[in-house]
Amino acid sequence: MGASQTRSENQYQDLMDKTGFSLEQIKNLHKRFQQLSGNEDTISRENLETIPALANNPIRKQIIEAFFDKRNQHQNEVGSLEEIGFEQFLMVMSHFRPPTLKTTEEEREAMRKEKLRFLFNMHDTDNDGTITLVEYRKVVEELLSKSGAIGQEAAKAIADAAMLEVASTNVPHMEPDDFYEGITFEHFEQILKGLEMETRMHIRFLDVDTTTMRCGKSTS
Amino acid sequence: MSLELLCGGLCKMDLKITRPRGVLLIFFTVLSLLHGSRGEIPPKPTGGVTILPPVKPDGGPQAYPDAEKANLPVFTMDYPRIQLPFEITLWVLLASFAKIGFNVYHKITIWVPETCLLISIGLIVGGIMHSVHEEPPAVLTTNVFFLYMLPPIVLDSGYFMPTRPFFENIGTVLWFAVVGTLWNSIGIGMSLFAICQIEAFGVQDINLQENLLFATIISAVDPVAVLSVFEDVSVNEQLYIVVFGECLFNDAVTVVLYNMFSFVANMPVVEPVDVFLGVARFFVVGLGGMGFGILFGFVAAFTTRFTSKVREIEPLFIFMYSYLAYLVAELFAISSIMAIVTCALTMKYYVEENVSQRSCTTIRHVVKMLGSISETLIFFFLGVVTVTTEHEWNWGYILFTLLFAFVWRGLGVLVLTQIINPFRTIPFNLKDQFGLAYGGLRGAISFALAFTLPDTIGRKQLFVTATIAIILFTVFLQGISIRPLIEFINVRRTNRNLDTINVEIHCRLMEHTIAGIEDLCGQWSHFYWKDKFMKFNNRILRRILIRDSRAESSIVALYKKLELQNAMEILDTVSGDISAAPSIVSLYEEKKSSAKPKKKFLAADLRNMHDILSKNMYKIRQRTVAFTGKHTLPNDNHTKEILIRRHASIRRSLRPGSFQTSVVPRSHKYFSLPAGKSLDSNFFPPERLSYAAGQETMSEVAYPSRRSRFDQPTRSSSRAMMPLRRLDTLKEAPSVDILDEEKGESGRTGRAMSRTNSSYSDSRVPAPRRHFSSSADNDNGSADNFRNVHHETEEEEQQQPLSPSPAWAAEPRDNTTRNPLLRRPQWNPKKM
Repeated sequence: MGASQTRSENQYQDLMDKTGFSLEQIKNLHKRFQQLSGNEDTISRENLETIPALANNPIRKQIIEAFFDKRNQHQNEVGSLEEIGFEQFLMVMSHFRPPTLKTTEEEREAMRKEKLRFLFNMHDTDNDGTITLVEYRKVVEELLSKSGAIGQEAAKAIADAAMLEVASTNVPHMEPDDFYEGITFEHFEQILKGLEMETRMHIRFLDVDTTTMRCGKSTS
Repeated sequence: MSLELLCGGLCKMDLKITRPRGVLLIFFTVLSLLHGSRGEIPPKPTGGVTILPPVKPDGGPQAYPDAEKANLPVFTMDYPRIQLPFEITLWVLLASFAKIGFNVYHKITIWVPETCLLISIGLIVGGIMHSVHEEPPAVLTTNVFFLYMLPPIVLDSGYFMPTRPFFENIGTVLWFAVVGTLWNSIGIGMSLFAICQIEAFGVQDINLQENLLFATIISAVDPVAVLSVFEDVSVNEQLYIVVFGECLFNDAVTVVLYNMFSFVANMPVVEPVDVFLGVARFFVVGLGGMGFGILFGFVAAFTTRFTSKVREIEPLFIFMYSYLAYLVAELFAISSIMAIVTCALTMKYYVEENVSQRSCTTIRHVVKMLGSISETLIFFFLGVVTVTTEHEWNWGYILFTLLFAFVWRGLGVLVLTQIINPFRTIPFNLKDQFGLAYGGLRGAISFALAFTLPDTIGRKQLFVTATIAIILFTVFLQGISIRPLIEFINVRRTNRNLDTINVEIHCRLMEHTIAGIEDLCGQWSHFYWKDKFMKFNNRILRRILIRDSRAESSIVALYKKLELQNAMEILDTVSGDISAAPSIVSLYEEKKSSAKPKKKFLAADLRNMHDILSKNMYKIRQRTVAFTGKHTLPNDNHTKEILIRRHASIRRSLRPGSFQTSVVPRSHKYFSLPAGKSLDSNFFPPERLSYAAGQETMSEVAYPSRRSRFDQPTRSSSRAMMPLRRLDTLKEAPSVDILDEEKGESGRTGRAMSRTNSSYSDSRVPAPRRHFSSSADNDNGSADNFRNVHHETEEEEQQQPLSPSPAWAAEPRDNTTRNPLLRRPQWNPKKM
C-alpha cells in the first residue's frame, strides 16, 4: 500500500503516455485496482472472480481471461499471465477508451481494429490466429448459458450456422473438397465490417468520483 | 369532392339547425370514434351551455329527430342523419388515397418527403375550395385536436420508441427536449419582441407574452420527414434517437408552455411571482404527467394479466388505458402527452408478454394506423387551411420569424451540445450537430397549436400565417434538402441492416464485455442503473404484472405445441410451393445456381438465430424492437420464434431414432450426378448421420423402408424440418467421422455406384412400414456396422430431411451451401 501511494507523478505520466488516459482517470482506476487487489500490487484471477457484480455475466470467464492475456498488452507476446500489475490492468482498460472529437479517421480505424482484435482474442483461446469451430461454439454457449436447456441446444446450432456464414461470406467459391478451418482475423474483420462499435465498445472513464457525476446526469 | 360535400353540409346545417354546437358535438364524437373508438366520454362543448348525452356512432338521431310522415315512403333519403360520419369517412379516405398514391411511385417519396406531398394535395384541394368560395371545414378546434387528433400521434411515437437507445441517451434527449425548447421559445420570443418595437413593421401591438406564446408554438419540432430520411441513410443511432426523442418530449414541453403562455397572454399584468409560479407549474405538470402515465401503465399491464380468456378485447385495454391516462392528465391540467407517452413506455414491455401474439400485432397495427391517419389529416388540413383562411401577411414579422427560428435552433444545438458533450461517451461532432439543427422541421403540432389559438389573441391571423409560413418553409426546403445534405457531409452512420448471425453474436458479446469491464473498473454508466432496474423488475414487477413470469412452464409448453402444429401446416404449404417443380440438373448447373437459394435459406435461418439470441440472452441488456420508422411497423418475429422452438423440440425427438427421415426419393439425387463420381465428394456432407439410417442401408432390404415413409403422416413434420436440420448441421460431425474416415474413403465410391441402380429402381416401390420401425429398434446395437457404411448412409440421410418429397432439383443446392464447412472432418486429412 505504501508503495502504491508513493507512486510518483512520473510513473503516472508514463502510464498516461502509454494508455492515453488522463491523470484523473488513472488515479480513479488505481483506486479501483487497489480495491480489487486488496491493496496488493498485483491482481490474480481469484480477485476478479469474486467481484459480485460480475457474477451474472455469462461471459465472465472470457472477460477475466482477457485481462491475463498477453496479447492484450500491446506487446507482441503471446501466452497468459498469472498476475497482472496496475500497468497491465490499465492497458486492457485502454482498449475501451472512447474517441474524442479530435480523433482523426485513421485513429478511429486503428481503435476499431484494436477492439476487434480484443474480441478476436477472446475467441481465440489457443493463440493460433484462427477461431476454430470449437472455440466459437464455446463462446456462444457461454453467451447462452443463462437461458437454460434451450440455450445449450441452440448454442451449438447457432455457432455452426455462424461459422457457415463466415465461410460463405469469405470464401464464396469454395470447392466442395475444401474445408474452412477457422476464422482468421482478416475474416473476422470482414464479417463485422460496418458494425457499429462506437456505442458498444466504449466506456466513459470518469474523471471525478462516480457518485457525484451520476447525480448530475440524472437531472439533466 | 368530399370536401365540398363536407363544407356544403356544414353550411346547410348551420342554416337549418339552430344548434350548431350540438352538431359540432356530434362531429367530435364521430371523429373520436374514427380515431379509435374512444368516444365514450362526450367532450364538453366549449361554451358549456348544453350537455348532450353520449351519441352513438351511427349519427345523430338525437339531433335530428325525423319528422313523422303520414304515408310510408317508398324511397327516402335522410342525408343529415348520416352526414357527419359520412363526410368524415370521406375525408379520411381521401387522405388515405393520397398516401396510397405517393407510394405507387415511391421514387417520389425518396426525394420529396411524404409530408410535403400531403400538404401539396391539401393545397390543391384548398385551391379548389377557394375557387368555389367554400369555407374550410371547422374540424380543427381546440378540443378536437387535443382530445382526438393528438393522442394517437403521441401514442404512436411513445409506443414505438426504440427503448434501448432511448434510455441510453435519455439525458441528452431530455436535455434537448426541455432545455432546447425553452431556449428556442424564449430566444425567439424575445427577439421577435425586439423586432416588434421597430415601427416600420407595424406590429407594435404584439406584447411580450404573445410573442412568447407564438415562439412556443413554432418551437415544437416535428421531424417526421427527417426521421424517415435518417432511417433511409441510416445515420448513427445517437443522432436518430435524439431527434426522435426530442420531437416527442418537446411536444410535451411545448404544450405545457403553450397553456402557460396562453394563460399569461390574457393577464393584463405579469408579476414576478407569476414567473416563479410558472416555473413551479412547469415541473408539476411534467412530473405529474409522468406519474399518471406510469400509474396507468402498470394498471394496464396488470389488467392484461387476466385477459387470457378474452383475447379478442385485449387490444382494447391498451387503447383505453392510454387514453384514460391522457384524459385524466387533461382533467388535472397536467401534461397529457407525458402521461400517454410514459404510459405506453411503461406498459409495452409487460403487455406484449401477456397478450397473445395476435393481439400484439393488432395493437401495433392499430396504434400505427391511428397515429398515421391523424397526422395525415393534420397535414392535409394544413394544406387546405393555407389556401382558404384569410391571411395577415406581414413581411417583416414573418421573415424575421423564419430567420430567428433558424438561428436560434442552430445556436441552441451548438451551445447545448457543448454542455452535454462532456457527459456523453460518444460526443456529438459538428456533423451530428448540423444534422440535429437542420432536422428541426416544424410540423403538425405547431400548426394545430396555432390554429387553435384563442380568439382573444389580437393578431391570431398573423400568427397562423407565420406558423404556416415557417412550416411550409421548413418542410419543403429543409425536408427536401436534408437527404442530399446528410449524404454530402457524410454523417457517421450506423449500419442497421447487418443481418448476420455473427453480427448478432458479437453485439451481444460486446455488450456483455462492456458490462463486465465496467463492473471491473467500478465505473458504471447507465448500464448500472439498467442492471439495478432489471433486478427489481425480475424480482417484483414481472411477478406482479406478467401472468407467466417463469421461463417456460408446462402450460406454455403445451400452448407452444399447439401453435407448433399450426405453424407446421403453414410451413408445409409454403415449402411445397418452393420445391414444386422437379427437374434434372447437372451438377455443374447446380453449383452455379446455388448462390441464390443459399442466400435465401440462410436469411431465414439467420432470422431464427436472431430470435434465439434475443430471446435467450442475458436479460440485462436485452434489446427491444430496434429502429422502427415513424410510419412502419416493425415486423414481429414471434412466429419465427415458434418455429425455432419447434425445431428444437423436433430435434430432441429426432435424436434417438430417425423416425421421420423423409423420403426423398433416392432416385433423383443420382440423376444429377455425373457418372463415375463419388456421391459424397460432390454433394453430401458427411455428418448428417443417424444411426437408424445407417442400419437401414446395410442391406438392400432396408431401402424400401425409406420409400415407405414417403406416404406416412410424419411426412409433414419432416418437411418442416428443413431449417432445423440446417441448424443442426455439425452436431455429430467431429465425433463420428474422424474415427473411420479411411474405411469410408475406401469403400465409398464403389458402394455408391453399385447402389445407384438398385436405389433407383426400388425408390418407386412402396414398402411395408415395419422396416422402418425395426431398423429404428436396432439402432443402438449397430455401432460397428454403422461405421463401415456410414458414408453411404450419409448420402441418404442428408438429403432426406432437406428436401420435401418432390423437390428433385432443390436439394443438392442446399447441400452445396453447407458444403465447405460441413465436410470438414472428413476432408481434413486429405488436405494435409
